Amino acid sequence: MTRRTNNSLTDDLLRPVLETSTKFYVTAGLLALIVATGFGTWFYQIYYGLGVTGDNWPVFWGFHETNFVFWIGISHAGTLISAILRIVNATWRRPVTRCAEVITAFALMIGALFPLIHLGRPWLAWWLIPYPSERFLWPNYRSPLVWDFFAINTYLISSLLFLALPAIPDFALIRDRTTGWRNWFYGKLSLGWQGTPKQWHRLESAMHMMALAIIPIAISVHTIVSFDFSMAVVPMWHSTIFGPYFVVGAIFSGIAALNIVMAIVRKTLHLEKYLQPIHFHNLGKLMLAMSLLWGYFVFNERLVTWYGNTPHEMAALWSTQMGRYSPLFWTMIFFNFVLPFPLLAIRKVRSITATVIASCAVVVGMWLERFLIIVPSLSYKGTPYSWGAYLPRWPEIVIFSSSFAAMALLYLLFSKFIPIISIWEMKVGEHPHIKVAAEVQEAEAAGELV
Amino acid sequence: MSHNWGMAVDLDRCTGCEACVVACHSENNIPTVGATEAARGRAMHWIRIERYWEGEFPDVKVKFRPVLCQQCDTAPCEPVCPTYASSHSEEGLNSQIYNRCIGTRYCANACGYNVRFFNFFTPSWDKPLHLQLNPDVSVREGGVMEKCTFCIQRINAGKIAAGLAQRPLKDGEIQPACVQSCTANALVFGDLADPDSMVSKLAKSPRGTKLLEELGTKPKITYLQQGSWDDAPNK
Repeated sequence: MTRRTNNSLTDDLLRPVLETSTKFYVTAGLLALIVATGFGTWFYQIYYGLGVTGDNWPVFWGFHETNFVFWIGISHAGTLISAILRIVNATWRRPVTRCAEVITAFALMIGALFPLIHLGRPWLAWWLIPYPSERFLWPNYRSPLVWDFFAINTYLISSLLFLALPAIPDFALIRDRTTGWRNWFYGKLSLGWQGTPKQWHRLESAMHMMALAIIPIAISVHTIVSFDFSMAVVPMWHSTIFGPYFVVGAIFSGIAALNIVMAIVRKTLHLEKYLQPIHFHNLGKLMLAMSLLWGYFVFNERLVTWYGNTPHEMAALWSTQMGRYSPLFWTMIFFNFVLPFPLLAIRKVRSITATVIASCAVVVGMWLERFLIIVPSLSYKGTPYSWGAYLPRWPEIVIFSSSFAAMALLYLLFSKFIPIISIWEMKVGEHPHIKVAAEVQEAEAAGELV
Repeated sequence: MSHNWGMAVDLDRCTGCEACVVACHSENNIPTVGATEAARGRAMHWIRIERYWEGEFPDVKVKFRPVLCQQCDTAPCEPVCPTYASSHSEEGLNSQIYNRCIGTRYCANACGYNVRFFNFFTPSWDKPLHLQLNPDVSVREGGVMEKCTFCIQRINAGKIAAGLAQRPLKDGEIQPACVQSCTANALVFGDLADPDSMVSKLAKSPRGTKLLEELGTKPKITYLQQGSWDDAPNK
């Protein structure tokens, strides 16, 4: 009985890796085309100069920086959520964790590209690396951009490790079930995994250590991203709440992205049995909590600014409440708070569809939030004579759109090479009262594992 | 003795003629970007005349304020630069090292005065204007930030001339292009480290204020004015 369940589970989850349809090639090809357009546009921007974008004096940062903060925010979906769920040992997490960790890895890669895209001379970006220069030049460690460089790289390396560690037993499973190049390829990836009790024990402790380490790393990363703004004496940027405000926003948008990705994966890979309403239900509750927290921070930010009543801050504030940027602001409030609240707060309404609708709204709303933090403040700083405005131009819009295609493409390719749901963790979930090692010994005795 | 360069701007004298703007452009090889780009906010003026109107037409009063880099002692543009392209010189200037700039534009965002300018495109000069470029000032390429230097090439030339003649620098001997071209003598440049210099005396004037002083940037430019427009003596 148990063995049959295990086998059908393995078959279900391995199918996307072993079988490839024409639909996959068509989708991947289309997405690759969009990504190529994005890179082409970037080279166009490098060739002609940043003047092809809408950046201007005094709004020197626009879409590219918004996308940077947005994607780094999305990256908090994964690693942070899955680490917390692992530590509190939430058993419903099992099918969700890898889905989430993959988002983190790819969102970070895409997000980390935007600081390069926005540079005036991107070919010199390596000057941020502290290498032993013959002219004794070091990066400026007082600059938040240098902090970003280190924080994001730390987060990227640790999330890749966090993603790769629990995948090792699955690599070994594919190795044992395949022949030819796949056997060789997954044999290399599985790092000599034999499934001995000792190996299981080491994997468990390594994962536990990584889960504990990754939470402070994830929180510090978005706090440091918020320092890009709060360290500058710019109206509405120079705020003490930006650290937690950004982290909450990041987790908020991260869960939303996770819900959307899960819904797509569920439909396209036919994993309805594994990604169940309970997962959307629980993540929906978490998202509701984040929506309330986020709403509190937005209210707090605005209340304190309004009460402080310094003229240059009021100009930036009113531009978002009633002025030029107010349509975006009220759209953001609607998408991040007004719409998700009834969809997620009422138990009967909180279906998969409702959660996904709320998630789509939150992703749009959180992108607007990042835009509204960056652009209005820059438009209304300094002397009134030098106030300005910002509108994006086509290269920014193309690069922005292709970043979503890049995410979809990377996700598609990943799910082609690695099961998107952790097979061995699902199996452990099938036997909740049996220790992992004991189960493996049993399996070894039955000759299931080599 | 180390110098500490500063400036005083007498707003009661400024006529808003913008001769300083033109002089600065030609002295420092600042490109003109054309009407389309200027409308997009890419115009570069290391010094600009800000115009403020009071009242409704026809009873309008206009005020001029020349705004250039304030050469802050605690400049917000300096710590944010990841590559030290924006750094403080020993003589108190906020230097911009063009070759070290990678174009993050963070300095321009952090600057409370909006006096930093970005080369959105690599500049070009229509013939024969390319022949009038100042050989003492480097031409910047696209993707780097630039800003007022207090005409550092003139400061260095003045120091070299005085050094060769083995005499101390005289007050007023060094004049940035804007100061030299000011018909109303509204701009005074000099050494704040020398207590007898004209600019040191003006910096202590009760008529003096600093621009956006509340940002805590310790600007080195003093704006002199009698008070409100209605109190002006030769109204």
